[in-house]
Amino acid sequence: MSPDSLSPVSSPIHAELEARFPAGLFPDGERRDNVPTFWVDAGLAPRVLRFLKTEVERPYPVLYDLFVVDERTRVERTSPDATSEYTVVYHLLSFDRNEDIRIKAIVSAETGGVDSIVDLWPSANWYEREAWDMFGVTFRGHPHLRRILMPNTWIGHPLRKDHPARATEIEPFQLPDEKLQREQEAMAFRPEEWGLDRGTDEFDYLFLNLGPHHPGTHGLLRIILQLDGEEIVNAIPDIGYHHRGAEKMGERQTWHTFIPYTDRIDYLSGVMNNLPYLMAVETLAGITVPPRAQMIRVMMSEFFRIASHLVWFGTFAQDLGALSPTFFMFNDRERILQIVEAVCGGRMHPSWFRIGGVAHDLPNGWDGLVRSFIDYFPPRLREYEVALMKNTIFRKRTIGIGAYTLQEAIDWGVTGPGLRACGMAWDLRKARPYSGFEQFEFDVPTATKGDCYARAEVRIEEMRQSLRIIEQCLRNMPEGFVKSDHPLATPPRKDRTMHDIETLITHFLNVSWGPVIPRGEAFSGIEGSKGAYGYFLISDGNTMSYRTRIRTPSFPHLQMLPRLSRGVTVSDLLAILGSMDYVLADVDR
Amino acid sequence: MAIDFETLRPLLIIVGVLGCLVLTASLNIWIERRLLALWQDRYGPNRVGPFGLGHVVADVIKISFKEDWIPPFADKAVFVLAPAIIMTTALMSFAVMPFAPGISVVDLNVGILFVLALSSIGVYSVALAGWSSNSKYSLLGGLRASAQMLAYEVFMGLSLMGVVAMAGSFNLRDIVLAQQGMWFVVPQFLGFVVFFIAGVAETHRIPFDLPEAESELGAGFHSEYSGMKFGAFFVGEYIGITLISALTATLFFGGWQGPLLPPVVWFVIKTFSFISIFVLLRASLPRLRYDQLMTFGWKIMLPLSLANLLVTGAVILMRQ
Repeated sequence: MSPDSLSPVSSPIHAELEARFPAGLFPDGERRDNVPTFWVDAGLAPRVLRFLKTEVERPYPVLYDLFVVDERTRVERTSPDATSEYTVVYHLLSFDRNEDIRIKAIVSAETGGVDSIVDLWPSANWYEREAWDMFGVTFRGHPHLRRILMPNTWIGHPLRKDHPARATEIEPFQLPDEKLQREQEAMAFRPEEWGLDRGTDEFDYLFLNLGPHHPGTHGLLRIILQLDGEEIVNAIPDIGYHHRGAEKMGERQTWHTFIPYTDRIDYLSGVMNNLPYLMAVETLAGITVPPRAQMIRVMMSEFFRIASHLVWFGTFAQDLGALSPTFFMFNDRERILQIVEAVCGGRMHPSWFRIGGVAHDLPNGWDGLVRSFIDYFPPRLREYEVALMKNTIFRKRTIGIGAYTLQEAIDWGVTGPGLRACGMAWDLRKARPYSGFEQFEFDVPTATKGDCYARAEVRIEEMRQSLRIIEQCLRNMPEGFVKSDHPLATPPRKDRTMHDIETLITHFLNVSWGPVIPRGEAFSGIEGSKGAYGYFLISDGNTMSYRTRIRTPSFPHLQMLPRLSRGVTVSDLLAILGSMDYVLADVDR
Repeated sequence: MAIDFETLRPLLIIVGVLGCLVLTASLNIWIERRLLALWQDRYGPNRVGPFGLGHVVADVIKISFKEDWIPPFADKAVFVLAPAIIMTTALMSFAVMPFAPGISVVDLNVGILFVLALSSIGVYSVALAGWSSNSKYSLLGGLRASAQMLAYEVFMGLSLMGVVAMAGSFNLRDIVLAQQGMWFVVPQFLGFVVFFIAGVAETHRIPFDLPEAESELGAGFHSEYSGMKFGAFFVGEYIGITLISALTATLFFGGWQGPLLPPVVWFVIKTFSFISIFVLLRASLPRLRYDQLMTFGWKIMLPLSLANLLVTGAVILMRQ
């Protein structure tokens, strides 16, 4: 797919937007992917977004992502307004069109911010808080514009280009008494700060601090519960405990050395995380991945989908009090990890995909390992289904609990099994086949109720479908190279290095400095195990990315928690958390 | 000074029963871990001593030497009292248990009532532990525990009335003797089911382990306990399991009676079979929600036990 064939003019939305907004809208020339992108003035942005969500025919109902780019140190300013400082990027998705759109709002020193779109999309709430936290861009009219990932006492906005990225760039850390005092006071819990009332004259609510260390939260997550007896009046997730600044690291690692960081975003899905990042890099570089490498990528990703779903299934059962499934499922996952180890050398974080292909060819005997798993797993899965999905207590605890409608799911930006459990067969592998998914036969499982049980049903069926895909990989694995011979493929194929000087130089440079990826912007998304994963990369022609934006599914999913947990009991909250299948590293990045 | 055997005998029985019980409780920990491991495709403790039995000793040593810490925010006197109550009541219940003909600490003619009364006192232990810990998780656990145990207490007692009616006595020894022709599990099958379920709830084990639901409340009512006080709750729970298993064997499965083997051996075999069922339940079931547990108790179990009593009473009257 060359960028030219996908110019914004080719998309009908361009004409529709120009007809509605004759002035103040400029197509963007930097994009290298197939997402129509438009610049608008900050003042116009909310109106354009409202038009795209509610007025246009075949609308864009999903706020897929919202983030900011610091334009101030960019080599080549691409904004129509040369004085612009920040760009707020709105990424919307349309199911009817099967197309995305990016609206870039220009924020200059004078305007200082944009109007909040929380009234348009409830999911914008956290995204805007994150944008303010990271860049200091204000969203006027936001109900609760407070820090979300960083601690309240943090000074500065970390993703700004002038904020230090390394400890060596700042003064040594010190903790004088008054600072300690300040930090301690900042930790004190005041319900008012969280928008909670303490109760009436007759009674007080019980505030329960669930986490950050709690066996039921599966990671560092704090949920502030306002309880009336055991009934939840309000539940407010407090995230950021797992924030590592992955996006900031993307701006200081080379394109190649950032790959291991992606593994750790959704740490249960291993190499599956590499894929959207590399697809975005490859789009920027114009690399075509050879068919064998594509199929190997698909196979390993699907193995990790099963592995991730197994962890989810086991821990979900454990949240409901069933002890044994965890052991069975971790045993099965171990079998997958053994295959991963044989192929990649690593287990949880193999970091095995490379720009232009994969690190190595498959080892001898891989087919035997894969075959034995394909034979082993289906009867086990049937057993789990009988033991849990048909268990009366399990059904009582999950059916009708944590339900949301399809419309709510779309409003809140839910993707993946959570969306399919509401009856929508939306799967990027089918809707927008990537990495050769168009060659595979598989179904997109759906359920209708949208409750905890429906989400479980969908995931179990997904494991079967993943197994089908793996079996097809086994039968149809093409011969050929596992890495592109494009000069930017990193590390380059070595067979010609010792024969001609050009290849030797490229090899040396790509390995030492890392490849220089051509200027441009590209987004790439895949259907991950938890939902839609996506990477938006900006290159200004350097060895490092100018901006790495990681779109994760867990972030919007977890944002929905207050909506799901009002009026249920603490036990149900655990069922809801378990059925969501989030990973805290995926939420906080 | 001449002390004859008959004077010593009750003392020996008391010491023997007490010793055996504490031993059984710690052995239960080993049994549970090994059985769970067996059913969960793993090994369990198998390093120390034969079959990993040394782990029991190691655990006892470890827990005895742990720092016995009382949280500064706790209500100290009650905090200390709570674990003592559960240990005492659980141990005292065994006083009326007929282990074999002639082997029981005391032969009370209100045996069942005595056991039920003690298990009611046992509720205080968890309620007070949850309250005195002064921690929200403990409080929630304690609240759940008191409501759950009070509810299940009611039909636990009612479910036994069928047995009492058939045997014509509250005395556990008489009840065992009344089962010479046929074990009460046959005519009182419903009573047995209700009693066993109530027993699981009384010992707050899965699927009724809400007071300590570890994925929800951390450790529930004993979140703040450590060292030997935690150990007391732990051992108390296992003695409770042993008690319910022993009672089930006594009331419904003919107690010590059985062919060939000596009576005590039969009693032990039956008791341990039921302990295994406790473990099997834990290995296979998820946990109920609080309101479901209460609904299940009041709307299903209570009518069932009442119906059982009614039918039993009618049948007995008809036969007379």
